[in-house]
Amino acid sequence: MKRIAVAVAPILLIALLLGAWEAACRWFDVPLYYLPAPSAVAVSLAANLTLLLQSAWNTFAMALIALAAASLIACGIALIAALSGVVERAVRPLAVALQVTPVVALAPLISIWAGVDHPQRAVVALTAVVAFFPIYSGAVSGLASADPDLERLFDLYGATRWQRLTRLRIPSAVPFLLEGHKVAVGLALVGAVVAEFAAGSGGAQGLAWRILEASHHLQTDKMIAALFVLAVMGGALHMIFQRLERRALVWWRGR
Amino acid sequence: MEDAAALLAVEVDYPGRGRALGPIDLALAPGEIIALVGPSGCGKSTALRLLAGLEAPTRGTVRRAAGRGETSVVFQSPTLAPWLTATANVALPLALAGVGGGEARDRAQAALAQVGLGSALNAKPAQLSGGMAMRASLARALVTDPKVLLLDEPFAALDEITRRALADDLLALWARHRPAIVFVTHNVEEAIYMASRVIVMSSGPGRLAGETPIDAPMPRPKGFRATTAFRDLAETVSEQLAVAMAA
Repeated sequence: MKRIAVAVAPILLIALLLGAWEAACRWFDVPLYYLPAPSAVAVSLAANLTLLLQSAWNTFAMALIALAAASLIACGIALIAALSGVVERAVRPLAVALQVTPVVALAPLISIWAGVDHPQRAVVALTAVVAFFPIYSGAVSGLASADPDLERLFDLYGATRWQRLTRLRIPSAVPFLLEGHKVAVGLALVGAVVAEFAAGSGGAQGLAWRILEASHHLQTDKMIAALFVLAVMGGALHMIFQRLERRALVWWRGR
Repeated sequence: MEDAAALLAVEVDYPGRGRALGPIDLALAPGEIIALVGPSGCGKSTALRLLAGLEAPTRGTVRRAAGRGETSVVFQSPTLAPWLTATANVALPLALAGVGGGEARDRAQAALAQVGLGSALNAKPAQLSGGMAMRASLARALVTDPKVLLLDEPFAALDEITRRALADDLLALWARHRPAIVFVTHNVEEAIYMASRVIVMSSGPGRLAGETPIDAPMPRPKGFRATTAFRDLAETVSEQLAVAMAA
């Protein structure tokens, strides 16, 4: 009984809120451009579905490319940092500086470097900046996380640096890498949308552009429809990566 | 016969903490089992790390079997790599020494069968019970056929039944391979059961405070713990320990 209640609760809350929203819009006769009723949003969603899905795909693709780039760069640098404490010390302040700088503040600069004709490149670069830090810090702490007694065992059996890296440090880092990537995926999607707003051009044709475009035409229903698509995509992505992480962990430690 | 390993006039100082161990002399004959007992901080683990070559003495000489795999260590926790199967964990010392994959796997599986884990070859550490994980750790220590086996409170985290079973198994394995063993423990009765010589250490800094030879057949006869000889030895060692802890 409790299990059913737990499963139904979120759906019930959403239905309740939507119902109240719909009723309030009808009751108070709220103008469409100010706050459309959920039914109007649904109609707009259906009418613009192809366009919205295409835009969602563009945003998703940019986020994913950025994630892959950030992953390669972050893991590469973390690997070098793991081999040399000096490199790790040298990189740390730069990585932190990059992390605390808001992506919006970087956007104008990166837009100039990417060129006016290539807003997608600017969005990908900005998103990669956002996704870099969680992966990098995860990789660095993961590569330093090996059980000290296992390290001693590797000393005892005269392991080479290479054996220590490939047979101890990298496998020990796996849970940290998974966690870092999971966090980075969420940030990358948010980062891609923010970067799209900030890089401010229709060339990228993502969901952010759809929202801006609709807002210029006071198409509030279409704005909310785009937000809805964004929320569903974000939620789905989060769920998929959570599952992937759990599966990978089961594979890693056999349980 | 030459010693399997020895500490000669060894002293260890830790920066900020002063003298941790010594001066101490300790010789380990081939095939001998000695137990080190003492209060926490008496340097028994330090002595073990010296014999393992994981630490260097501040003064004095350490003589040890320094060849690859000639000295093995079993830590207080099983210290298995969580991402490797039991077989791969046990094969690790061989793999690090460059032994080929197939041969390393065969030897690892033989070692696992010896400690009674023949049916858990592909299990990962998280799937093993505490006692099984400790057996796997023992198998890994034995897979290189070491001359010296160093055990640092290996059964401390296990329940009484499991530790008694493992103690008997360890003695049976010893009878087969005859490595020299140094066994560090807090437990006086376990020390007497396992060792042919029980050495009591005192702390601040760690010194030898007493030595008791245990004259009884190996592996131990059934009911050994209930004999008066065992009780008397336990009394003797406990008294030495009490004096060492008061000092």
